[in-house]
Amino acid sequence: MHLLVCGGTGCRASESDAILENLQSTLAENNLDGEVQVVKTGCFGFCEKGPIVKVMPDNTFYTQVKPEDAKEIVAEHVIKGRKVNRLLYLDPENKEHVADSKHMGFYKKQIRIALRNCGFINPENIDEYISRDGYEALAKCITNMKPQEVIDEIKASGLRGRGGAGFPTGLKWEIASKNAADQKYVVCNADEGDPGAFMDRSVLEGDPHSVIEAMAICGYCMGATKGLVYIRAEYPLAIERLKIAIDQSREYGLLGEDILGTGFAFDLELRYGAGAFVCGEETALIHSMEGLRGEPTVKPPFPAEKGYLGKPSNVNNVETFANIPVIINKGAKWFASLGTEKSKGTKVFALAGKINNVGLIEVPMGTTLREIIFEIGGGIKDGKKFKAVQTGGPSGGCLTEKHLDTPIDYDNLIASGSMMGSGGMIVMDEDDCMVSIAKYYLDFTVEESCGKCTPCRVGNKRLYEILDKITQGNGTMEDIDKLRNLSNVIRDTSLCGLGQTSPNPVLSTLDNFYDEYLAHIKDHKCPAGQCKALMQYVINQEACVGCTACARVCPVNAISGERKKPHTIDTAICIKCGACYEKCKFDAIFIN
Amino acid sequence: MSHIKFKLNPEQLEELKSVCKSFRNEKSELINVLHKAQGIFGYLPAEVQEVIAKELNTSVAQVYGVVTFYSFFSMLPKGQHPISICMGTACYVRGGEKVLDEFKRILNLQVGETTPDGKFSLGCLRCVGACGLAPVVMVGEKVYGRVAPDGVREILKDYE
Repeated sequence: MHLLVCGGTGCRASESDAILENLQSTLAENNLDGEVQVVKTGCFGFCEKGPIVKVMPDNTFYTQVKPEDAKEIVAEHVIKGRKVNRLLYLDPENKEHVADSKHMGFYKKQIRIALRNCGFINPENIDEYISRDGYEALAKCITNMKPQEVIDEIKASGLRGRGGAGFPTGLKWEIASKNAADQKYVVCNADEGDPGAFMDRSVLEGDPHSVIEAMAICGYCMGATKGLVYIRAEYPLAIERLKIAIDQSREYGLLGEDILGTGFAFDLELRYGAGAFVCGEETALIHSMEGLRGEPTVKPPFPAEKGYLGKPSNVNNVETFANIPVIINKGAKWFASLGTEKSKGTKVFALAGKINNVGLIEVPMGTTLREIIFEIGGGIKDGKKFKAVQTGGPSGGCLTEKHLDTPIDYDNLIASGSMMGSGGMIVMDEDDCMVSIAKYYLDFTVEESCGKCTPCRVGNKRLYEILDKITQGNGTMEDIDKLRNLSNVIRDTSLCGLGQTSPNPVLSTLDNFYDEYLAHIKDHKCPAGQCKALMQYVINQEACVGCTACARVCPVNAISGERKKPHTIDTAICIKCGACYEKCKFDAIFIN
Repeated sequence: MSHIKFKLNPEQLEELKSVCKSFRNEKSELINVLHKAQGIFGYLPAEVQEVIAKELNTSVAQVYGVVTFYSFFSMLPKGQHPISICMGTACYVRGGEKVLDEFKRILNLQVGETTPDGKFSLGCLRCVGACGLAPVVMVGEKVYGRVAPDGVREILKDYE
């Protein structure tokens, strides 16, 4: 019997390490530590219900486990074979306990390729990876296939880059393989900078060997003997697990000189990012690896010609690499049978925001937003109304109700005014002000623009200022035209992907939520009640019972009134923090 | 930063030099060297940057350019308990900004500042990847999830 405990970042923040220790000590107390193994795995994906403990082989999925629950799990489940019902997932519809994750709405529609091992294996043990066909693809490639045959297989699979732009991976490899040089490099982009996206981190934390294996395969195809993983310094756990994995692969002779006796040599090194979103752009990433400021340069030359240290380099994202071993093992045909005509396979999305089931999901391309948000995601939090979903992070756009039934793939998302990006999906409800959301993203872009080219450096700052002016209630109709014109200029004239996509949040909210802009400008109102400058908290004198809860919670003592008599808010003192609004049990405070 | 005086003692100087040496005094390893140096000193004062520039045979301007480019590097010392509020999108839509405002108000600090007693410093970060717990606050290495503005005082109590 195995007890799998989630060791992903979210669950660890909720004390999953203590759960693991308690399980081990309780098993030892019962002399069961020889028979039952406790394994720390990568992310299960269902972060909303974490920490997760899964019992194998009977597939029991315990949710929101606390360290003190360890004793009961051992006493009841392990020893007596009875499931601990109170820790099972409660189906929100029929209110029944569900023990097996297969039957949960969250998992039903998922097909896991890139995340195949996350939550199944101990990422710090290479043997567990090998037992699930690990390194079989590498062995097959270097012993039985010519580099071009491998490239042809990847091309036939239709795999496209999962980092955002969606360039065909096989083609990229082929170009890099044809550029002759004494040294070439395989680079893995693990600098996940998109706020609200955590798929690459989960793959590296849960299944680091799949990335190592794929990078070696890529090295074989393009004739590179060195690989570099550019990883965020903010991901200490992923770094630690990757280091362990690299050491183990070297020990097993799967990295280093003469891999599996074939004469093929390949080794890996880590390079650390230091918090710059623009380094997701491949030329900027390469400069950062060279110890320079992460500023992009004009393409061509593409990295495939002149990359790291001026040598041909191939840059792929973590999730792209994680797909490679499966494609080799199961064949291009199988992979291409999943997905849509132009986007094959699956995509991992980080589902977050105002949604019931926050977590990491992997679905076939072509799944609709409705399926993702309402079936897998379990709908909007607190029974509120769906308003928008932002895909592609700061480079993407906000999609609305009318896009819910569009099958998601690279091309459909672009046609809808957004983009795939790395796969962040932030769901928003009726309480979110779309002008503020656009402003939030522009604030991010302004901070993260490297400053090299003028449209991005200056243009985005001006976009931000106009949006700020509108949220302050000082906008004019002329500002709308300015926003549109400036956005188009920035998009058309910026040097790299950051600037070319940064106006997307503005353009897509202008297209889809024009009325909201009008309300801010013409009526000086924020329909969602988010823009502080445009709102006033008022107490309904008839509904107020004088419980004093609001007065006690007010941080600036702006609320006065006698006990059991209606209170009032002094708008001159009020800082509009909203604390009273949230505290009032009688719905007596409203936003004007 | 001018009001903070920093002077390397001989041992620190040696330690810093050996860090540079461990990366073969190679210019292209600048970012790795800076990571290590910040690990030792907690931040990267001008004096440290000058030594690194000399050891790696590059200009101080080059080092300063890199330090100021990346948000992970800081030229200001952090508090004993650095507080970071996640401003990733998931945390933002679940009220991260309100939590930040409350920290600002209670500690009377702006983002990037440290309390006069050096105990707390306030910062923002972009997504720790624990979006299931949004909004998230980190104090040192500890992660606090589902933080509401009225829970801020409780968090600070842990460090009194």
